Amino acid sequence: MRNISAKQITEVVRRLCIEANCHLTNDLKERIAACRACEPFPVAQGILDQIIENYHIADEQSVPVCQDTGMACVFIDVGQDVHIEGSVEEAIHEGVRQGYADGYLRKSVVRDPLDRVNTGDNTPAMIYYQLIPGDQVKITVAPKGFGSENMSQIKMLKPSDGLDGVRDFVVKVVEEAGPNPCPPIVVGVGVGGTFDKAALLAKKALLRPVDEHNPDPFYAALEEELLERINRLGIGPQGFGGRTTALAVSILSCPTHIAGLPVAVNINCHVTRHQSEVI
Amino acid sequence: MKKIQTPFTREMARSLKAGDACLITGVIYTARDAAHKRLCELIAQGKPLPMDMENAIIYFVGPTPAKPGQAIGSAGPTTSYRMDAYSPALIAIGQTGMIGKGKRSSEVIAAMKTHGAVYFGATGGCGALLSKCIKKSEIVAYEDLGAEAIRRLEVEDFPVTVIIDSEGSNLYETGRAEYLRMAGV
Repeated sequence: MRNISAKQITEVVRRLCIEANCHLTNDLKERIAACRACEPFPVAQGILDQIIENYHIADEQSVPVCQDTGMACVFIDVGQDVHIEGSVEEAIHEGVRQGYADGYLRKSVVRDPLDRVNTGDNTPAMIYYQLIPGDQVKITVAPKGFGSENMSQIKMLKPSDGLDGVRDFVVKVVEEAGPNPCPPIVVGVGVGGTFDKAALLAKKALLRPVDEHNPDPFYAALEEELLERINRLGIGPQGFGGRTTALAVSILSCPTHIAGLPVAVNINCHVTRHQSEVI
Repeated sequence: MKKIQTPFTREMARSLKAGDACLITGVIYTARDAAHKRLCELIAQGKPLPMDMENAIIYFVGPTPAKPGQAIGSAGPTTSYRMDAYSPALIAIGQTGMIGKGKRSSEVIAAMKTHGAVYFGATGGCGALLSKCIKKSEIVAYEDLGAEAIRRLEVEDFPVTVIIDSEGSNLYETGRAEYLRMAGV
């Protein structure tokens, strides 16, 4: 049994909140640059140039890439052979509190969806726990902006809707979102499980580097096909027209019930943020 | 690239066309959901607003806190449709410009056509870049709202594109159609 203190978790979460908001991952930056090189529409080229200049400024000056520094989604995979001294949940919230204060990040969380009073420190975090083998703890912080979150949808398809039903739903969600979620977007798709599990898979799909595919060749091919279809819609960067509507499609699947075919689509903008650390 | 110096008159608004790239210099105000709600409550009660709406441009933004030495933190546009319930009332009392991103309702577009107003887009997700064009920021109302407080910004060559003009022409429709024609999709 390995002992880890709650303070260590707080410090890692604090650091990852700042890091994720100010620095995009290299895979994403390379994908944006590659799309700029392939973009034939002049207006779209100009927008992509601004997006590239923007993440360079954020990198150099350690300022947030986007002013919507999001709700802090924290994924914590805890090894079964780890004992944590102190409250894990409090440690995570404290890390978010410190990170959003010290990093000059925006506090965007209200305490109740209807009375809408800002909590003032961006807590609570949205926490997703998982138990894993071993004696390590992996923490991922993925700040999620709501311009794109608001454009996400879930649908309980019928088994007879099949693959075509899944394809059409994903493309429909992207088309309905249009310019609202700050395209070019990253599309996270969860297929199968239950109502809630499909949504969680869609969110987790957004954590995968954009230069990687689903390990199953069937889903890898579906990701490619959907990306092609989405990039034929013509919505383009910011919705001003162009090829680059999406940067990547990432699918995660899960067994489901004989009567069901849940599909969730979680949209993220070109500022798809996540940073991880292992303790 | 068209240069715009505020105040942004109805005459200036009516001269712009969807797709025009513009640089705004002068004073603009920030407001998002919560501030819009309060402004419209004041209008309904017949009370004065905390800023003059005549010929005003409102930027839908909630910036990050400024680091020491910065005028403002990252400051890109938020999605505009959440302001659709409020914009027509503000346009009716003199607002001529809005800066945001994303679609608008038919009610907003109707008010823009009736009174002569323009909907500009700034590039979403480019808050670090756009903050460079904001030279000064001060809170003029609703400090309790934090990032959602109303701020008076002094901007210099702030880059925007006309998305919907005062005749209702819409770049989201024309731009996409133009690309699809060009690409032969």
